[in-house]
Amino acid sequence: MERIKLDLWVGAFVVAGIAALVVLALKVGNLSTYNVSETYQLQGYFTNVGGLKPTASVRSAGVLVGRVTSITLDTERYEAKVMMSIDKRYQFPKDTFANILTSGLLGEQYIGLQPGGDEDMLADGGEFKKTQSAIVVEELIGKFMFNKSESSN
Amino acid sequence: MPLVKSVRAIGHRAVNTVWRVGLATRFLFLTLTHSGMSFRRFGLVVKELFSSGVMSLIIIGVAGMFVGMVLGLQGFETLKRYGSESALGSLVALSLVRELGPVLAALLFASRAGSAMTAEIGLMKATEQIAAMEMMAVSPIARVVAPRFWAGVISMPLLAAIFSAMGVFGGYVVGVVLIGVDEGSFWSQMQATVDFQHDVMNGVLKSFVFGVAVTVIALFEGFDAPPTAEGVSGATTRTVVQSSLAILMLDFILTAFMFRGA
Repeated sequence: MERIKLDLWVGAFVVAGIAALVVLALKVGNLSTYNVSETYQLQGYFTNVGGLKPTASVRSAGVLVGRVTSITLDTERYEAKVMMSIDKRYQFPKDTFANILTSGLLGEQYIGLQPGGDEDMLADGGEFKKTQSAIVVEELIGKFMFNKSESSN
Repeated sequence: MPLVKSVRAIGHRAVNTVWRVGLATRFLFLTLTHSGMSFRRFGLVVKELFSSGVMSLIIIGVAGMFVGMVLGLQGFETLKRYGSESALGSLVALSLVRELGPVLAALLFASRAGSAMTAEIGLMKATEQIAAMEMMAVSPIARVVAPRFWAGVISMPLLAAIFSAMGVFGGYVVGVVLIGVDEGSFWSQMQATVDFQHDVMNGVLKSFVFGVAVTVIALFEGFDAPPTAEGVSGATTRTVVQSSLAILMLDFILTAFMFRGA
């Protein structure tokens, strides 16, 4: 009897521990948001990715359609090459715009896709020809000050 | 010559410390090579899991809950200044999963279960139960030490996970239920910032390392304690002090390896 009671308690303890880990993984962590559905790869070249990071989301009309898988510097073009894995359910026209946007004023950066009107769709390994870089606040301020001094002259 | 004497005493202490570290390492090695019995007769480990794991559940759960609640309050006060109360979820979850969960659970485990292990083994030695086992050709390392070691190593990550989960719940209770942070942004910000591999698994790895460190120190101190009442009490104190220091130092080293900017 004592034996069985002991095993029961230890079993409950182990189950509670594993349950806590599962809660941490699913409710607290991002394991549940990992895309389990099939994906295809698309890429885009950006002159400046700003604070974009791998695993940043790719959204179209605000809907999560994929994630950034890698960001590397292409030394032939000296531009950032951003690889994205996009959910197979979503297809995009060849003239889709890829913009690096910021959610909120201080939020995370993500890639926003604006579909064009082309009949042909981007296939696996395709490239977004039209991209817009991240807005760097320092550059904006620099331009603004430059314009100010121009106009005052 | 008081100067020579004190220098000599310092040198003696340093040599003694290194000597004990070496002894503890050999002790760990011996425990690992004598672990066969623990797995053949897993009931021995289960019995120790009960006394070190299950009996620590309440203190770990309650402490985790309160730490999470404090984090919720303090975090809210600070984040409010920057108008980013919605980041409360990430603050609570990240600090718990990465640091506070493994470290505080290990500190509590060291004082709750580690000290008990030392006292138990020290007293076994003082009452010559260990010597009696050796007389019966039963290895006390295999029969007494190894099951406790594995029980500690198994229960530490589970306890840390329970601590973190309870802490997140406590942060949720204070942040969302009492203060009124938006529930949706609390969870979604948390999920956006906490990475399973980078944060949760590293936390589990940390608590595993702490589990090894705490149990080895506790068992070694118990096994090494002078067989007197004074000796056992001194060994228990040393267990708590040394394993707490070991946890904090190991935590720094592990953190430096795991979270180098990125």
